[in-house]
Amino acid sequence: MNTERSVQTGRTALTITMFLLAAIVLTPLVWLVAATLKSSDDMFHYTFFPPVSHLTLSEYHDLFTKSPFARYLANSVFVTSVTVMVQLFFSSLAGFALAKYEFKGKNIIVAIMLATLLLPGQLTMAPLYDLLYHMKMVDSYAGLIVPGAVSVFGIFLFRQSIQQVPDELLQAARIDGCSEFQIYWDIVMPVSRPMIGAFCLISFMGAWNSFLWPQIILHHAELFTLPIGLNQLVSIYQTQYGMLMAGTLLGVLPVVFLFVLLQKEFVAGLTAGAVKG
Amino acid sequence: MSNILATRPAIKAASGTGPRGRRSPSDKFAPYLFVSPFLILFAVFGVWPILHSLILAFYHTNGPKSQVFAGFDNFKFLFADPDFHTAVWNTLVFAFWSVVLQIPFALGLAILLNQRWLRGRTFLRLAFFSPNLLGQVFVGVLFSVLLAPQYGLVNKGLHALIGLPLDTKWLANPALVMPALILTSLWLYVGFNMIYFLAALQAVDKELYEAAMIDGAGPWRQFLAVTLPSIRPVAVFVLVTTTIGSFQLFELPYIMLNNSAGPDNAGLTVVMYLYNNGFVTGNLGYASAVGWTLAIGVLLISLAQMRMTGAWKAEAK
Repeated sequence: MNTERSVQTGRTALTITMFLLAAIVLTPLVWLVAATLKSSDDMFHYTFFPPVSHLTLSEYHDLFTKSPFARYLANSVFVTSVTVMVQLFFSSLAGFALAKYEFKGKNIIVAIMLATLLLPGQLTMAPLYDLLYHMKMVDSYAGLIVPGAVSVFGIFLFRQSIQQVPDELLQAARIDGCSEFQIYWDIVMPVSRPMIGAFCLISFMGAWNSFLWPQIILHHAELFTLPIGLNQLVSIYQTQYGMLMAGTLLGVLPVVFLFVLLQKEFVAGLTAGAVKG
Repeated sequence: MSNILATRPAIKAASGTGPRGRRSPSDKFAPYLFVSPFLILFAVFGVWPILHSLILAFYHTNGPKSQVFAGFDNFKFLFADPDFHTAVWNTLVFAFWSVVLQIPFALGLAILLNQRWLRGRTFLRLAFFSPNLLGQVFVGVLFSVLLAPQYGLVNKGLHALIGLPLDTKWLANPALVMPALILTSLWLYVGFNMIYFLAALQAVDKELYEAAMIDGAGPWRQFLAVTLPSIRPVAVFVLVTTTIGSFQLFELPYIMLNNSAGPDNAGLTVVMYLYNNGFVTGNLGYASAVGWTLAIGVLLISLAQMRMTGAWKAEAK
């Protein structure tokens, strides 16, 4: 009896601790939302939300009228959606080939891919810049999108999930007269839906949040994507915290939206490789 | 699919090729065709730059236009440069504290979130994971405001709780820059590692716990004898990826410290050093030398980690 009661007390204490920790984790996010709804005068006046009469969207208004934020947003939407689509197509196609065909050179390709995964991306930035300079792709979206069009990580994700598709299904399609591409497009892709969801979110987050490479490759402000554009605004409007917080929240919302949509797939995709390891 | 079935079955059947179906010549090329877009891009923008960086590291460059052979000059200069020493030290300190704080924290959260008696698990998991939806840049902008002296929420909170002075200058005091970065990244990434541990815990064979309980093992003994060995592969994965990620730290300090390395270079990291030398001053050869130094460092440390954790496994058996 006694031990049962102490177990119960311990559990209650742990539950309370967990909720307190969660509150600490969520506090910056709640503060961010509140900050975007305050006027600049109220910014640090109220810890979180001011009374309803003080709530205002003026910071959002300023952000769009006084800064090129809309431009950065549009640029990011364009660059990110192209990157995600191209990566999705190439990664799933190559992942399919590596999962379901035996062909010469396959093992070498996989080995080289694995080796490059171990090297930090920053290693290739200087030679890549040099290469793109000679290809006249510096300061263009091509320089941003093309080198990132293939994702080795994505190929491994798709290879792993496509391996689970039964061979019999593909054989049946072949007997029915499907071309190899039709097998990929009409059979493998539809059954890979969960992995496509996971990949889209991971790829979207990567492209949307990318900072260092766009910072290196883009020189003209009209081309800036959101992260480098926002950083630019920070140096110009250092004291306009309200505006900057509104920009930060708007930069985060698309990812939140996609995450809510694809939550289940996302976790499954993340852990697909690791848990079996 | 049913369309295809209706229009073309006779052709294949006529070729009469047994149950597996002989592939036509075009099918043999299919896999090559499918990997070729990836292979071409990967060769040009993935493999070639790696090889080229090996050469470039031995050149003095001023932008992409002028390149002069330099022998080992870049490496000599690099290892003699006190700024590089600072960058390496800062990066090592950051990586050490990231690993030491994040992994036990993430594992602890995951174990509790895996308990059936815990109420609100779905909410708690989402809450702990939510910071990961923010990129480092957005977190950097947010925390540079949260950590501001006088008005920042962090100082207000710490002042109310433990009486820390309101004018604590987290990002202007060299001694406080690194703790600020470590805590910010703990907030950002602990939920990510928690997800990995949770998935691993859910895959642990329940019968092992039952067997352990029959043998009279308490919670602590169960943790050591069942949980830890079962999640070892994932723990190694989290350890190695956290370390590799920490070595690539750039955006967080760069943004939080207002596009600088901070007071006394307190927030200078190896990648920031690479960026400043390679792309602000245009010395691509030098950046390649820094890149290789970073790559070899990361490789050595992750190999050592894998070996060490592998050795623990041998001991356990």
